[in-house]
This record gives sequence, structure tokens and C-alpha cells, in this order.
Amino acid sequence: MRSVQNPLAISRRDLLRKIGLSAGAAMMYQAMSTLGFARESDYKGPIELSGAPKGASILILGAGMAGLVAAYELRRAGYSVKVLEYNHRAGGRAWTLRGGDEYTELGGARQKCEFDPGLYVNPGPWRIPYHHHAMLDYARRLKIPLEPFNEINFNAYLHSSRAFGGKPQRYRHIYADYHGHIAELLSKAVNKGQLDAELTAEDKEKLLESLRVFGVLDKDYRYAKSFATSESRGYDSERGAGQMPPPVLSTPIARDELLKSGLANYLVTPFDYDLTPSMFQPVGGMDQIAMALYRDVAPLVEFDAKVTAIGQDERGVSVTYVDARHGGEPKEAHADWCLCTIPLSILSEIPVKVSEPMLAAIQSVPYEASVKFGLQFKRRFWEEDERIYGGISYTDLPIQMIGYPMSGMNEGGKGVLLGGYVWGTNAYEFTAMTPEQRVRKAVEIGAQIHPQYPAEFENGISVAWHRSPFTQGCFANWSDDARASHYANLCQIDGRIALAGEHVSRLPAWQEGAVLSALDTIGRMHQKIVATA
Amino acid sequence: MATPLSVAARLGCLLAALALPASIVCADEPPPFSPPGSFTDLGHFAHQDGATLFRAICQGCHMADAKGAVGAGYYPALAGNQKLASATYPALVVLKGRHGMPAFGDYLSDAQVAEVVNYVRSHFGNQYPDALTQQDVTRLR
Repeated sequence: MRSVQNPLAISRRDLLRKIGLSAGAAMMYQAMSTLGFARESDYKGPIELSGAPKGASILILGAGMAGLVAAYELRRAGYSVKVLEYNHRAGGRAWTLRGGDEYTELGGARQKCEFDPGLYVNPGPWRIPYHHHAMLDYARRLKIPLEPFNEINFNAYLHSSRAFGGKPQRYRHIYADYHGHIAELLSKAVNKGQLDAELTAEDKEKLLESLRVFGVLDKDYRYAKSFATSESRGYDSERGAGQMPPPVLSTPIARDELLKSGLANYLVTPFDYDLTPSMFQPVGGMDQIAMALYRDVAPLVEFDAKVTAIGQDERGVSVTYVDARHGGEPKEAHADWCLCTIPLSILSEIPVKVSEPMLAAIQSVPYEASVKFGLQFKRRFWEEDERIYGGISYTDLPIQMIGYPMSGMNEGGKGVLLGGYVWGTNAYEFTAMTPEQRVRKAVEIGAQIHPQYPAEFENGISVAWHRSPFTQGCFANWSDDARASHYANLCQIDGRIALAGEHVSRLPAWQEGAVLSALDTIGRMHQKIVATA
Repeated sequence: MATPLSVAARLGCLLAALALPASIVCADEPPPFSPPGSFTDLGHFAHQDGATLFRAICQGCHMADAKGAVGAGYYPALAGNQKLASATYPALVVLKGRHGMPAFGDYLSDAQVAEVVNYVRSHFGNQYPDALTQQDVTRLR
């Protein structure tokens, strides 16, 4: 469950990885299929909605990615659209925190982001895989520039508090040495004839040849300190020029020490289908795509609208809402149809007039705990001192990850780290703290990986998703059982009401899931409207 | 049918033996973190007593005073909550989850569930004299 990871969802991804590591590929594939990871985003290009009946109205609840995409497309199709949004901003979880932003979490604790201009953290989704076609298409159509998100950084750290005396290890060392050692072991088995039952003489020859290249083995199939292995894992002192001293070769980590550390288990992380290159982020913050959609539909959106009841009859829908900031008399919005993108964690607490099967579905999906941190430092010491440009370090400490900024690299000055991205038990424990306690702990813990933390730290902010007033959790964590029993019912158009969002997708926690869900639902709703007009 | 989470939780149990005893901390300090697992450890809460479990988990949503919170939706108050009259109800909610609330059955032992339910039912204005036993929780799983 620290596991259940993703952009938001790193957790599920991590979970899958753990299942794969521990229970074998077959179970992993089964889990992947369940969670919808084994196939690409099913996006066929911009949606075509023609023939909307004149004057037909659609009320959209929620101005996150699903609601915004729906509003953008339905307005273009000629519908009369109105959007109600609980927050005083659009974007929902597609959200970026910058200096001057304020965030009040459930319980009333208010944080003010004190980042310098140009610095930010994405507390929700922070990366877009190359196969998220719908997200990439909207970014292109809306002219939002993207930049690479380097999920993998060979010079970032893998860290176990229980190995190597707690000293973080470079990814490239663990990577090269693990491959070297397993290639050597496998070569030994082949050369001793231990795989003769499996391999022909030609197979053996080919395998040995590839293992020598793959593991950087010497002529005797040993993985040992040499120019060749330093070319792979790096030198202890760099190669220079002229009269500079010659490079110092590096020494591979001993096999038993490496195995005992367990760090090789992290190597698979950037090779998950959802995380392999190329990955992208919008320049300037993840909210840029949502903001571009919002600019197109802004006059249609009413902020601070807290929905308190959703009703329908054969003629239309009526939604009751109150001013979330100032209270006062309930208001009512009416329309022919309603597209509701309110997360199930919230919707399950609101009276909504839909059929029993859909109600049961709405009440059957738990929302996952996750916590993210943005920490500002006086200087980009991870670049200046440690030559880590972008990417992610992984640790078994409660912060679980440190993400390095992928923008402004090598420009000097201040920087904001993702000071933790937490799932599982530690996410609940962080959530239960005050924001001040959380940030203090994240700095204290991060100092075990980067000792520069205490001297360079300036300010920080945290988002614990279970305390988010607008989602009460990070994402809809469908179990296999709930998916089998309820997913189809959640996807129905129930009279005049239909749902959309990452929770109505097989890509939970990803923006792509929210966008595909919006497109799928409005496509079906449009067909129904045209057919019954 | 095994869910990914329940599979994962079983893997996590392999390492539950590493759990440290909960240390005594003053009430305004957060409880210590559950110990880091191996990479395949999905986590099991370390804290054993009801008060510490409440402060490490429940107050994240139900708040330190157990009065809940209201936003677009709400987290119900546990303080003075008549639904706690039967110990079975809160125990089932903790074990299985309810609506958006995740299930904690894979994260907590039967003894831990009994501890935290008994703590909530005897604090925050709740004064239910009957206590849940570990065996009661085992039967509810």
C-alpha cells in the first residue's frame, strides 16, 4: 500500500510492484488487469458531439479535470452548461501550490505557501506518461508546453535505514552491481552445466555472450573492479584532461552486502509501464492544463458551491447547494441533465436520487491516504553538492521518496523539493499530525538522506489528502470485489444523472482516467439526449 | 477473492514481528512512526494501546477532539456518537471500512482493533461500560 502508488497513484503502482516482486508475474498481471494498467489509454482523438438539441442544458458538478473537460466539450457542442465547484478555484486535484497560496485543511489548520516566485509543488498529480493520449492531446490543443519528467535518475539515491550503515546509495551503483552479480551467478550455473536440461549448446553460447555484455563481466565471466565496470557504474574520481590525475576506479559493492540490503528491489520502479520514459510535466505546474480548460469555460463556473442534495424527476435535475464560504440560504440549480464528478468519498454523504444499484456503488469505494510535501531550500544542494538533477530518491523511511525539481535545473538559486510522497501506515500517521508537525518531521527525516537539510531549509507545506475538504482522500481505491460488484452500475446513466472522474475509470488516480471518464460519459449522454430529443 | 490490498497486507504481516512497542509520548506530540518495512512490507501499525492508535490514525479524519470535520462532505464525530452504543458497529467499521473510509482490518491486529474501539467508546463523552475483547474482534473478521 505504500504500494498503492500513483501520480496521485504511485501507491497502486508500488503495490503492483510489490505484488510482482513477492508473488510473481502472473499475480501481478492479474492485479494489473484488475486495476486497468495492462492496456493503453483508449483515446481516439477529439470527441465529436454533433446535433445537440437547441437549448438542452447540462449541469456539471465539480470543476476538476473531469468536470472541466466535460464543460469544455459540451459547451462547444452547443449545450447550455453550468458548473458548480466547491473550492474557490478550478482544477480539483490537478493543483499546484505557489508562494502566496493558502490552504485550509479539514480541522481548520491553515497553511500559507511561502515559496519564492517561480517555485512550486504539485500536491496531486505530477507526471504524465507518454501513453496518456487524452492528457497529451489536451495539452497540445490548449498549447500548454510540456517538459520532460525524468522518473529515473541514475545519480539519485536508494536508501535503506537498515543497510550500509544508513548511508544512501547511488541508483547507478545498485543498478550496475546487481546486474553484474546476477550475470556472474547465472554464467557460473551455465558453465557448470547446471542448466544443461534447459539450454542447447547454442543457447548456452548466446546466453553467456549476452550475460557478459549485460553484466559487464570480464573474460572469465567475473564481475570485478575494472575500467569496464567503472565505465558502467561510474568512477570514484572523474576522468580529467591534460595534467589532471588519472581517474580512480570504483569498487563494486560485494554481492552478499548488496543482497542483504534489499535495495535491488527498488530497481524496477522506473520500469513500470506507467513510469517508463517518456514522462512529462506541464511547464510551471500541473495545474496549467486544468487552468487552460478553465479559462475557456470560466463564465460558466460558480465557485464556493457546496452541493447538499441532488434530485431528479422525469423532466430534469435539481441540485441544492449552499455558499461554502458564507453560508446563507440554500440555492437551487436546474437543468435537463446532470454530470456529477464529485468524488465518491463526498458523494456518498450527499442525498442523491439515483437507483439502488448506483447508490450502492457510490457507497462502496474507499479513498486512499497519501501525503505530499513541498520543502523550499536556500540553495539547490542536491544539484550543487550531489549532482542530482531531477528524478526521485527512494527510502524505507516514513517520507518514502524525495522528488527533485525537473525545472530550473542547473540554474542555481533556491529550489523546492518534493520532501516526501507517502502511502500506507505512514500516510495515516502523517495525516494525523498538524501541518507544522508534518513538515518538521519531513525535514528531520530527510536529513538522514541529505544532511544539508537543517542548514538550508526555509519553509514547507504539506497536503494530507484525507484532510482535503474537497476529496476526503487521494483517489478511489477500488478492490477487485467492489469493481466486480459495482463498477458497471457506477458507469450507468441513471435517469438524467451520470458520473465521471478518476473513480469512474480503470486508471484510478491518474488524470487520464478522469479525462477518459468525462469523454466516455458525455459521449453516451449526448447520444441519449439526441435519441430522446 | 484476494484483493491486491489483502495480498499485500499478508505480505506485510511477515514483517509484523519487527513492530516496536509503542513508546509513551506526551499528548501534543505525534506518536512515533510505525517502523519502516522492507520493500515488500505494506505496513502494520506499531502502536498497541488505544490512545496512541487513536492519535496515530483516527484523528487524521475524526480530529483530535473526535468531533469530526465538515467540508464538501463530512467526517462524523465520534464524540458523543450514539452509534457507538453497540461495540460491534465501530469494530466492523474499523475492520471493513464504510463508504469512503478505508478498511483497517489488514493494518491492525484483533487486539489493536479492540483497544482503539474501547478507547473511543470510553472517551470523548462516550461512557460505555462494556469492553470489546480480542476474541470478539476475531469473530467479526
